[in-house]
Amino acid sequence: MNLFIIFISAAVVNNFVLAYFLGICPFVGVSNKTSSAVSMGMATTFVLVVTAIVSYFIYAFILVPFHLEFLQIPSFILVIASLVQFVEMVIKKVSQPLYRALGIYLPLITTNCAILGLALFISMREYNLLESVVFGFGAGVGFTLALSLMAGIREELELADVPKGFQGAPITLIVAGILAMAFMGFAGII
Amino acid sequence: MKKQVSLTKEFVKGIWEINPTFKQLLGFCPTLAVTVSAMNGIAMALATTFVLIFSSLIISIVRKLIPDQVRIATYIVIIASFVTIVDLVMKAKFPELSKSLGPFIPLIVVNCVILGRAEAFASKNNPLRSFLDALGNGLGILLVLTVLGGIREILGSRMIFGVTILPQAFEPWIIMILPAGAFITLGLLLGFSNTYTERKKRLEREELLQKYRPAKSVNEIKEGGAA
Repeated sequence: MNLFIIFISAAVVNNFVLAYFLGICPFVGVSNKTSSAVSMGMATTFVLVVTAIVSYFIYAFILVPFHLEFLQIPSFILVIASLVQFVEMVIKKVSQPLYRALGIYLPLITTNCAILGLALFISMREYNLLESVVFGFGAGVGFTLALSLMAGIREELELADVPKGFQGAPITLIVAGILAMAFMGFAGII
Repeated sequence: MKKQVSLTKEFVKGIWEINPTFKQLLGFCPTLAVTVSAMNGIAMALATTFVLIFSSLIISIVRKLIPDQVRIATYIVIIASFVTIVDLVMKAKFPELSKSLGPFIPLIVVNCVILGRAEAFASKNNPLRSFLDALGNGLGILLVLTVLGGIREILGSRMIFGVTILPQAFEPWIIMILPAGAFITLGLLLGFSNTYTERKKRLEREELLQKYRPAKSVNEIKEGGAA
């Protein structure tokens, strides 16, 4: 039950994008087309889950036993950077079509603050391994959900008559605000 | 051509001309998340500026020693070290502020403004210029975060810097201190800033057109202006 609450909380109630403001850059940058939004979301979900596992082990078995908690920022960011590189290499080797579909988005995941945010949340809230994985997966689902919703809306916005100065990022942010308001409705679930 | 840019210009451009938030559209995450109050905004901006200045300075000093292939990783390690310093100092000296900013101090590491300035400016320019550029960009961030935090704090809780300034009769707009308010306020600010820039550009273009192309007839000016 507890796991279920963690999942729902990360996916919709405390959505990473719309409530914690993590991962706004890809949210504004990649949400032009639904198809690329979904691939970006899936790639990010994958990296989030792997990061959750790896950062849990690093924190619990290296940083805490040796009293090195103050090194968590550099160690997490280095792990994430090498992880993304590694994932990129594996995907390239295993599945060429998937690699081509994800393209430039894979390396960009390193600078997505949702990933580092996740690692920091896990160490801050002292989740165990299973909770970390569920939390990472929930966050990924929430990110994909927000990104694809936004992409759907932006495809419709193409046809709307937006004032010139408000085209692009400004209108996206305002729409995101309205989406965030809608997501507040989920707060009653837990 | 780069050398001809004056030092003052290098400093001033970051505040408005290439303002990190309004013009480069970078670093939205902390901008939106911490601006519940003007004070939080200022604290975040100062922390970011500190990291920005020192990482730019160091990167600019060692820029010729770093092999090209590993430069991004090197930048991130340098940035992460300064972020750790800020994080620890804030935890020790301002525990409350550090708590209210939450994970966003450590998240300065992945703030794209810092990596962006490192890659676009500090890796190509000398330390003095990089320092001025970082200072200017930092002030640009400070400007945006203070304005955004101020607007949200005034409308959301009737106060600014903890002083009540709006009368009791004004019902606080709770939405402003919720996430939705952050998105909408920044969206509007960005939109107005874009509209202003567009308008200024259009006026300048029309002025140039009139100045350099002697008018043959009134119609031609109208056509030129409309194009």
